[in-house]
Amino acid sequence: MKLKNTDELNALKIQNLVLLENRRVPNNSANTSESQDRPRHVMVCGGTGCHASNSPEIAKLLIQELQRRGLSDKVQVLQTGCFGFCEKGPILEIHPDNVLYVEVSTEDVADIVEEHFIQGKLVERLLYIDPNTEKRFASDLPFYHSQLRIALRNCSYIAPEDIREYIAADGYQALSKVLFNMSPTSVIEEIKKSGLRGRGGGGFPTGTKWELTRQNEAKQRYIICNADEGDPGAFMDRSILEGDPHSVLEAMLIAGSSIGASHGFIYIRAEYPLAIHRLEIAIKQARQYGLLGEKILGSEFCFDVEIKYGAGAFVCGEETALIHSIEGTRGEPSVKPPFPAQQGLWGKPTCVNNVETLANIPPIILKGADWYAGIGTEKSKGTKVFALAGKVNNVGLVEVPMGTTLRKIIFDIGGGIKRHKSFKAAQTGGPSGGCIPAKHLDTPIDYESLIAIGSMMGSGGLIVMDEGDCMVNIAKFFLEFTVDESCGRCTACRVGTKRLHEILTKITEGKGALDDLDKLEKLCKTIKVSSLCGLGQSAPNPILSTIEYFRDEYLAHIVDKTCPAGVCKSLLRYHITDKCKGCTLCAKHCPAGCITGSTKDRHIIDQERCLKCGACMEKCHFGAISHH
Amino acid sequence: MCDNPSTDHLFQQLDDYIDSLPYKKEDLIVILHQAQALFGYLPDKVQWHIAQKLDIPSAKVYGVVSFYSFFTMKPRGKHVANVCMGTACFVRGSEKLQAEVEKQLGIKTGQTTTDHLFSLDSVRCIGACGLAPVMTVDGKVYGRLNDPKEVEHILATYETENQISETVVH
Repeated sequence: MKLKNTDELNALKIQNLVLLENRRVPNNSANTSESQDRPRHVMVCGGTGCHASNSPEIAKLLIQELQRRGLSDKVQVLQTGCFGFCEKGPILEIHPDNVLYVEVSTEDVADIVEEHFIQGKLVERLLYIDPNTEKRFASDLPFYHSQLRIALRNCSYIAPEDIREYIAADGYQALSKVLFNMSPTSVIEEIKKSGLRGRGGGGFPTGTKWELTRQNEAKQRYIICNADEGDPGAFMDRSILEGDPHSVLEAMLIAGSSIGASHGFIYIRAEYPLAIHRLEIAIKQARQYGLLGEKILGSEFCFDVEIKYGAGAFVCGEETALIHSIEGTRGEPSVKPPFPAQQGLWGKPTCVNNVETLANIPPIILKGADWYAGIGTEKSKGTKVFALAGKVNNVGLVEVPMGTTLRKIIFDIGGGIKRHKSFKAAQTGGPSGGCIPAKHLDTPIDYESLIAIGSMMGSGGLIVMDEGDCMVNIAKFFLEFTVDESCGRCTACRVGTKRLHEILTKITEGKGALDDLDKLEKLCKTIKVSSLCGLGQSAPNPILSTIEYFRDEYLAHIVDKTCPAGVCKSLLRYHITDKCKGCTLCAKHCPAGCITGSTKDRHIIDQERCLKCGACMEKCHFGAISHH
Repeated sequence: MCDNPSTDHLFQQLDDYIDSLPYKKEDLIVILHQAQALFGYLPDKVQWHIAQKLDIPSAKVYGVVSFYSFFTMKPRGKHVANVCMGTACFVRGSEKLQAEVEKQLGIKTGQTTTDHLFSLDSVRCIGACGLAPVMTVDGKVYGRLNDPKEVEHILATYETENQISETVVH
């Protein structure tokens, strides 16, 4: 059915409100007698993380079990997008009971049906237990306190493969408002006023980008959605596309009508098969409902979207490289200007926006720029989604107002450091960002404050590191990444990053000299100013920030030839302590044959020949081998 | 594989696919995705065929193939294992996992076993950071792999299973 006008869209919305009715009751007291008789919705997380831990199978078994127990008409099972709480997946939530079960496995299905739906009580063992307080939660988890979900508003709330659910949740209302009640320039003004800035990393004001694209005279203009989420450790774009693909399509339509583009492209990584699948379904449904195609909702506006696939190149996240990749060539960046807004795809004015940026557009149009600008800090408005990962208790997606402190994100929402170890650093901005030490935990984070402390927002990857992580090794890891991903076009990046990596390798192998630190800093500065694109310009950041905040650790590697975190293999020295019983097991397993000693006597490791493989330590039954 | 006359039908399928596309030269990347899905890899002969079909220099095709890490010019094993080397997996021990998989398969990352059963590669984040460290086999994700026994168990299921490896097909 094609929607011919706004009235039909509104009628469809009203008709489908029933789909979400049960999910709207925020009920803190689980399983009250009142909610017993109401039809239930079981929302099973279908994001990539939970998908990988068998959530589709869990959903299938739930449906079968409910059928077997004659409950099919009372309980409906739905697959949603990411809940954000990836650490405890697979997750399922039951509405309107407001109960969240975590780490559910296929074996739990029968108990959930029996205990929750038939006996009407909670399945205690599947409730979330706070690792710090050991308190159990059925709802209102600490993880969700302090979060404000705007870009992620529909993820886990609606079933992403059903356009009717999106429409019931105010979907395409912003488009309708833009097409019939606003002029293109007033839409752009509204976005400018909201203060929304590019969430892919650049932080360029979105409204201004739209305006610049619109200003350039051309018969054809393009809008591109950048879904080439290359920053390792960031997965918000993937989750939005998996959990709420229509919000991105709607925003592209709004952008298209505002800048005067009739064609849009979504450039997505081939590594995201589930996001591609959901996006394809969404595009198909939007076409069926006449929300993509000719004369949308009876207006004069025509627009269609096409998916383009990446092929594994980090640099293609840079907009000019991305455009070249869509054109079917090597994804090498080009010099700006001309900016894509002037000459982009096939020489036409082009606006490239990131997925998360786009997901913010419909709420801004519906609720107004003032509402959005009221959230966040002076220069960074709204919310930001962070992919919280690494050595933190609650790995997941977190959406917070700009200006929230790292402490709040890592300790309140993230539940602190795993295994009660101590916090060492937080890495933001991926390979282009830096490492932030404990002394900056209370900095309210936004675009500007992160740059001021030597890091950057990037796309929002936030990797937490503990005392067991070696900062020199982390810097080396990121340089390995940039060396690998440098497209090779400009010398500063191609050769410079390689030299940086060599020096870091030397240091981690215990062959560093004191002047290496100066060499690193000098070369970093040269690469920053002379590289062609953002990849090279920001590649030295991980080194510069770790030298600034963890200079001691570099010095330990260079001067003392030790790795304080015990990570750099070449700097480890294995010793056999007096706990040794002389069992000879270590000597038998040593691949270098460098352990000597007779039965029942303490053994000795020949340091000259030791390969530092750790086989002896692994095999020892008496804990007699230590390393430092 | 490509010198075998039995690949004629694959070239035919590739040609049919190219003919079905609205654009031609602009779709080089998607054509290469399709070709790799059909042939398993992109040897010279396939690249040359595509260049002729699209009427572009074969150097341009080679330039694109060698630029993107997703494309391979070497034949791959029946099953492709990828260890995630994203930052989140890295800090949760993916180096150890990589070493373990290399040890168990007896090959280095980027190589294929002599029986052509497994190829081993690394990927930059598949976005399943909650399950770190992670590896995938033929696109299926396995998480929280801290125990060598689990790796052994996973690889064993593919050694016995007689299924054809799949590349992402679009």
